[in-house]
Amino acid sequence: MKKNMGWKELPHGDSSPAGTANEFKTGDWRSERPVWNKEKCINCYFCWVYCPDASILLDKDNKVAGIDYDHCKGCGICRAECPVKPEKAIVMKQERS
Amino acid sequence: MPVLARTGNEAMAEAMRQINPDVVAAYPISPATEVVMIFSKFVADGLVDTEFVAVESEHSAMSACVGAASAGCRVMTGTSSQGLQLMSEILPIASALRQPIVLCEVNRALSGPINIHCDHSDTMAVRDFGWLQIFSENAQEAYDSVLQMIKIVEDVKVRLPGMVTTDGFIISHCMEKIETLEDAEVKTYLGEHKKMNSTLDLTKPITLGSLDLQDYYFEHRMPMAQAMIEAKEVILKVGQEFGAKYGRPYGLLEKYKLDDAEVAIVAMGSTCGTARVVIDELREKGIKAGMLKLRVFRPFPAAEVAEVLAGVKSIAVLDRSDSLSSQGGPLYTEVRSALYDAKTKPVLSNYIYGLGGREINLEDLRQIFSEQKSNQSGKIVYFGVRE
Ligand code: SF4
Ligand code: SF4
Repeated sequence: MKKNMGWKELPHGDSSPAGTANEFKTGDWRSERPVWNKEKCINCYFCWVYCPDASILLDKDNKVAGIDYDHCKGCGICRAECPVKPEKAIVMKQERS
Repeated sequence: MPVLARTGNEAMAEAMRQINPDVVAAYPISPATEVVMIFSKFVADGLVDTEFVAVESEHSAMSACVGAASAGCRVMTGTSSQGLQLMSEILPIASALRQPIVLCEVNRALSGPINIHCDHSDTMAVRDFGWLQIFSENAQEAYDSVLQMIKIVEDVKVRLPGMVTTDGFIISHCMEKIETLEDAEVKTYLGEHKKMNSTLDLTKPITLGSLDLQDYYFEHRMPMAQAMIEAKEVILKVGQEFGAKYGRPYGLLEKYKLDDAEVAIVAMGSTCGTARVVIDELREKGIKAGMLKLRVFRPFPAAEVAEVLAGVKSIAVLDRSDSLSSQGGPLYTEVRSALYDAKTKPVLSNYIYGLGGREINLEDLRQIFSEQKSNQSGKIVYFGVRE
């Protein structure tokens, strides 16, 4: 088992390396999941800009490529911001309980 | 050295002008309003290079201070009473992030009932938040301590935030003669603000203040405790060096005619000035009276307090606030605890006085000294309250 650091080994002032949230899978708090529809998506990046959890995935050509369900909290902001009409390119679906 | 006529607030603002902090974020509140109001005028007049952030509340003020300090800035603010309480969600975050923010605090009673006058209940309410706390007897001490506090908090051993307090209206609004340093002297004295490795840096990204649960929270609190222990030596060193350079030495506490005293008081802030007069009077009458003036409340200099008080027969601890704990004011409980291991234990009583700015005058202090003869240890007096 990995031994936790003692207080003398910790970095100064309650700081930790950047990006550690990546290792912490918090997606299981979600009650609704956003489902992205590739066919409808116009690649405007609104969802990517507004997502508070950096959970909109981009592919190697920087095109929207789906949702990172390991970290998405299901807040629905991406769906609300998606401008595609009449049906949005992201819809929210109930998670199975 | 320039000699000026200044109120406590003006003295603190003058110190801030000379410090020329990178960022000041503040919101006005009586009786501390003038500190940042005068300072904002210095900003408007181009006398300082400071980025002044006029925020919409003290909660925002302290939050902006934390942000600016995280970016590696030298940061100051000022507040009082309810303002300090509105900051209190952020105060322990500043200390956990080990940010050397300096706060000019003007002691004022807590609501309710609403009251704008001096007591120490606001500062005492935040005493366990990992901030250093220095009390001032007069405007001169406030000026000197604000300069020293910058040195103290920026020391690598400390790196905790600190507040320097004056007593609302009694010091903050009364004009006194103060000696100041030349602007250039202050600049050399303080030196450059040194960044630590917990500073935001685009080239070396870090996370500050992340969620910290059962496995690491305790380890993150421990360095704060250690820094508070080490701060004592740093405060002493800075106070002595200040004395050697500018002729006004400072310690953790000051003994006034205490060495051979049989009756004594322990007090903080402006009351100490009044007490000196009464002690001189009593000495002339052959009564061995003395005082321990506590300058530093956090870290609490327990060993030093015990050492200087252990030989005194009877001591009244004067608390200008009540912790409503049913066992006396905060200064009293600290002093009592400090004396627990003393070989000879003085008769120790507690006088809670002056709440909401109620005057404490020469006659009051004469009475407190005269009651020492018959006081039982552990007696708690709500001094002067009407029944
Ligand atoms: S639901 Fe919220 S967290 Fe999840 S992808 Fe959309 S905006 Fe991001
Ligand atoms: S907001 Fe809608 S259309 Fe725009 S990129 Fe996201 S899913 Fe595609």
